[in-house]
Amino acid sequence: MMRAPSDELPIRFENVSFAVRDVRAIADLEWAIGGTGTTVLLGPNGAGKTTLLRLAMGLIRPTSGRVSWGGRENVPPTRRAFLFQRPAMLRRSAAGNIHYALAAAGLPRAERNTRATTLLTQVGLEGFGERPARQLSGGEQQRLALARALARDPAVLFLDEPTASLDPASTKSIEDIIRGIAARGVRVVMSTHDLGQARRLADDIVLMHRGRTAETGKAGTFFDAPSTLEARRFLNGDLLI
Amino acid sequence: MLEPASALQLVLSGDPGLFAIVRLSLLVSLSAVLCAALIGVPAGAALALTRFPGRDAVVVILNAMMGLPPVVVGLAIYLLLSRSGPLGSFGLLFTPQAMIIAQTLLVAPIIAALARQTIEDLSAEYRDELTAMDVGPFAKVATLIWDGRFSLITALLAGFGRAAAEVGAVIIVGGNIEGFTRTMTTAIALETSKGDLPMAIGLGVILMGIVILVNALAWATRRTGERYGAA
Amino acid sequence: MLARRHLLSAVFLAALVAAFAPALAVPALAQDKSIVVSSTTSTQDSGLFGHILPMFKAKTGIDVKVVAQGTGQALDTGKRGDADVVFVHAKSQEEKFVADGAGVKRHPVMYNDLVLIGPKADPAGIKGKNIDDALKAIQANNASFISRGDRSGTHSAEINLWKAVGVDIAKDKGPWYKEIGQGMGAALNTAGASGAYVLADRGTWISFKNKGDLDILVEGDNKLFNQYGVILVNSEKHPSVKKELGQSFIDWLVSAEGQKAIADYKIEGQQLFFPNASVPGA
Repeated sequence: MMRAPSDELPIRFENVSFAVRDVRAIADLEWAIGGTGTTVLLGPNGAGKTTLLRLAMGLIRPTSGRVSWGGRENVPPTRRAFLFQRPAMLRRSAAGNIHYALAAAGLPRAERNTRATTLLTQVGLEGFGERPARQLSGGEQQRLALARALARDPAVLFLDEPTASLDPASTKSIEDIIRGIAARGVRVVMSTHDLGQARRLADDIVLMHRGRTAETGKAGTFFDAPSTLEARRFLNGDLLI
Repeated sequence: MLEPASALQLVLSGDPGLFAIVRLSLLVSLSAVLCAALIGVPAGAALALTRFPGRDAVVVILNAMMGLPPVVVGLAIYLLLSRSGPLGSFGLLFTPQAMIIAQTLLVAPIIAALARQTIEDLSAEYRDELTAMDVGPFAKVATLIWDGRFSLITALLAGFGRAAAEVGAVIIVGGNIEGFTRTMTTAIALETSKGDLPMAIGLGVILMGIVILVNALAWATRRTGERYGAA
Repeated sequence: MLARRHLLSAVFLAALVAAFAPALAVPALAQDKSIVVSSTTSTQDSGLFGHILPMFKAKTGIDVKVVAQGTGQALDTGKRGDADVVFVHAKSQEEKFVADGAGVKRHPVMYNDLVLIGPKADPAGIKGKNIDDALKAIQANNASFISRGDRSGTHSAEINLWKAVGVDIAKDKGPWYKEIGQGMGAALNTAGASGAYVLADRGTWISFKNKGDLDILVEGDNKLFNQYGVILVNSEKHPSVKKELGQSFIDWLVSAEGQKAIADYKIEGQQLFFPNASVPGA
């Protein structure tokens, strides 16, 4: 099922800033997403996590600097997918939502039914296909959105606070799915507030503070021996202002 | 003297031309709504999804045009379609087509304004998802119209209500010709002027009944849509 | 369940198509043998057309589409070329219409008479007076009077009647004199609802269904004579005018058969219109 590695990787940030009016959400950022595994973005509200994910997806353009995918700019998100913090459910059935995404990804009509069933099963929504998407529970909607993102057969998957408003059971099922996706070679980049979730899922950590990366590194190193003051204070539970 | 129930009986049993009047009313108003939808929905969608200088003014004017006085529209169309007017050679004055044109002009702004609101709201909700799915501009518009269809049907209903209820435009451009351009509302105006108030009330009751029936059908459609999560 | 949803959509679409399909049939109607006659509310509201037009149609196969307006508007409709024939009651305006070249020739057809209507209580005490004394009494008492105010034949007749008793109504009117700018029926409804006097044509009055407290107070005065004329719109000005069909309607109206049809129209046993096509100078 998985296609060859995408030519949209690595995603490279060169001296990237993003500002709305005069407020800079991202400031002079240098970063690259490549290789494999799961990267978790940590940091307080307003640190720039969501903006960074949206820039990496190509939903917004930097105010200055350059974002490139596989060395090129303006690359359509053919093998990228995004799970929004509050995903919009199309006014269709659960299966209808996936069919829509499959059609948008260019999958031939004849293959969509089988693929939709597979995706629903993958996120534990088998038998929910005919249910109206907007009448599913919060956790079910999040899983459906995840299936919709996977319909693009992404090489890299961005998730913005994927479990922010979910109960522990729903959170666990989402985390299990993310782990499965990463295990099959999809590059995962996600933001979270939940330090526990970062410990459970991350291979790499990026700590954001005031629109910059305060510390980046392997998850084990970050949690056991943080090298910066910000990271130590953040892990200590202090407010980073 | 004014007993709508007996007036209704009178109307139902007595008047052989009644069916023709009801049929013409529906034909004119529904055709006008269809034409207005073909103009108004794309126009509303275009306005919802584009940004240009002066757009706010266009939105304000469009919203204001929802309250266009029917008599003014009727008079404007009358002057256009009159034999002495610029479009006189088509010979459309005092025909059902003229009435459809006038009502289309009345209804199109309502549908366009409500469609703009619906599609703009839906677009705000869907924009990120559709961009992330790399959906092209035409497919995007089609998706917004399709997913907003139940709200858009409500907009069509508002337009139909306006068309079915107005008398000012159709009486001027249609001429209230018996058996040809006489609608429910112009017949009501005529019966009132003849002092036959029971007949006028009876016709009014039938008109109300038809409007309620059309709304009930649309409501049922919407409820069905809700049941299938489409609303 | 997916299929059921599609079925519902299909049913909805089918209903829409069924509703709109007749729209295609409309243009065919417009090609029928028909003429447009702009006429007055009094002839329409009194039911005269409902009586005579079926006879004309049976004889000639021509559909007459009547647009009922005030005389002024009816003449204007003819002048614009939007009617083939005008059939109104305001002799001087009709003669001007022909003199201006808008119409071909005026033919007298029939007359009815005007009556002065008012509340049975008759606050100005005009019952049984002649029309001149009655109008003077209404003005002297500031009694409520409803005027059509719509440039109709009845309206211009009313203005002339005031002028005959030395009242320039445009200048001398007070709050008691209300111009409503609507048709005969609306004027009667307004008079009935406000206990006012009103000048009406007898035909509309007899067939009027909402008489309430109103009654005829002045009638039979020679000055209340109300002549109708019919004119073919000039096809040299408006080539779209259906000259032959319009002329055959006029010919029929002034023929013995048409005149008899007019005389035969009665409501509650009363004759409403009196044919006089053959009276010189009518």
